[in-house]
Amino acid sequence: MIKKSTRERLKIWLTNFLLILGLIIIMLPFAWVLSTALKSPAETFKFPPQWIPSEFRWDNFQKALTFLPFHKFFLNTLYIIFWVSLGGIFSNMVAAYSFARLRFYGREVLFMIMLSTMMIPYHVTLIPMFVLFQRLGWIDTFKPLIIPSMFATPFFTFLARQYMMTIPYELDEAARIDGCNTWQILFKILLPLCKPVITIISVFTFLDIWGDFLGPLIYLNDESKYTISLGLALFRGRFFTHWNLMMAASLVVCIPPLIIYYLAQDYIIGGIASVGIKG
Amino acid sequence: MSKLRRKENIEGWIGISPWLIGFILFQLIPIGMSLYMSFTDWHITRGASWIGLENYKNMFHTQDFWISLRVTTLYSIMAVPLYLVAGLILSLLLNVNTRWSHFFRTMYYMPSVISGVASAILWIWLFNPEFGLINYFLRLLGIKGPRWLFDEKWALPAIVLMGLWGIGGNAIIYLAGLRNIPSVLYEAAEIDGANPIQCFFKITLPLLTPTIFFVLVTGIIGSFQVFTQAYLMTNGGPNKATLFYILYLYNEAFRGQRMGYGSALAWFLALIILTLTLLVFKSSPLWVYYEGERRGEAR
Repeated sequence: MIKKSTRERLKIWLTNFLLILGLIIIMLPFAWVLSTALKSPAETFKFPPQWIPSEFRWDNFQKALTFLPFHKFFLNTLYIIFWVSLGGIFSNMVAAYSFARLRFYGREVLFMIMLSTMMIPYHVTLIPMFVLFQRLGWIDTFKPLIIPSMFATPFFTFLARQYMMTIPYELDEAARIDGCNTWQILFKILLPLCKPVITIISVFTFLDIWGDFLGPLIYLNDESKYTISLGLALFRGRFFTHWNLMMAASLVVCIPPLIIYYLAQDYIIGGIASVGIKG
Repeated sequence: MSKLRRKENIEGWIGISPWLIGFILFQLIPIGMSLYMSFTDWHITRGASWIGLENYKNMFHTQDFWISLRVTTLYSIMAVPLYLVAGLILSLLLNVNTRWSHFFRTMYYMPSVISGVASAILWIWLFNPEFGLINYFLRLLGIKGPRWLFDEKWALPAIVLMGLWGIGGNAIIYLAGLRNIPSVLYEAAEIDGANPIQCFFKITLPLLTPTIFFVLVTGIIGSFQVFTQAYLMTNGGPNKATLFYILYLYNEAFRGQRMGYGSALAWFLALIILTLTLLVFKSSPLWVYYEGERRGEAR
């Protein structure tokens, strides 16, 4: 091994130093918020602030989560995520398979149309969709948040199609000779190989729905139907002077996405990177 | 043979139907409806009455419309270049290979997975003028911090600053672009005696322009769609200083029940986004370098 030059080592030291400095700045808000979440109301409004609470009020978390039925919000959100993921993965994979593997009349044109629909700002459809769902009597149900998202979306279909294109076509042919029909090839041969892209789709679906605010805000009225994001916003409106409880609730809401992120970090970062290149 | 062909055709169309049906029901039809609605006085119960271009005329004579356009443009001018450059610098640092690279990459992206509502609430507290972390640090430096979200002048910059928390997202995209630059180029440059700064401006930056282009386009589009922060942190205030376009649209269409007018606003926004995107696309031959561009068809 060649010994690293002094300049090289200096570069690494400087980079690490800057990155650690930046990291401290980025992480400080979390530390500060956690400290607030553990304080008594009086200590919350102390200046200069005290980083370590004189008494750790762990019951703040319990209080915050029971003042409003957060378990209900959580279950509502999971319910939406479950159905959207299930339908979305099926639809996206089937559509991606057709675009990647089947030769049919109009494929190229339809693929281009699908890609160009990514440019349509969703606000254009926001109002008419509301009117439509209102006519159907779907307001204050989960249907507007679930049913449209169960169809294939251009973004995920594109991602899955690109992924399938990297799987050798010989596999399909071999399966066909062994007597598989078109759909058996997809479900028995290709889907097991598409785990990475299915993971990306599920993770992004989870994060999207967990963070969605405008959708639930427009469609849900009854508090018992609120999603986690909407519930947290409601909490803020109701207890806006209880900073300690508000920070506790917000932190708890941050945890599930962070766990998902921790488990799937390489898929997430790889997924974003692969989309980025497409520009 | 033709029977097989027909079978594949039918299967293909069945296969894309999960997209096609969704597209027709939830995009094509709503877009048509939206266009129609923008020419009507649409009321939830009374229904529609055709008023021609009245909504659009009204729009241009409404002060709040211009305010929201101004706020959103200002935000875009501040936020897009800032996030672009900050993300780029971060990605250059993350691109240096050390044993901590993976850890840093993971940590810097972390704030991006936190939901909009949670981070908005966290930042309301951080920006608190009396007890917030930011003004506490400013005071340690001997600066009396502004009243941030309560100050007409500082509310919008506060929202821009808060967005810096999420630049890890941009950095990851750049990082992928950086990884695609062949290392032979740097080796050749080093042999030719180029210094790191020359390497950056002559190799890295030109080869990264497709990625920068992507980040720029998505950044502009994103800056015109800010809603959650504006709704939760300031609700458009103080004195309409953060009345973002989508918030204005939401207020008109959903709080004020003026769905026709709201549709006109949505179409005007679509027009702005389309124009800006086209402008960036049109300008791209001037500054975006595609490595494979001159290779022609045959490969």
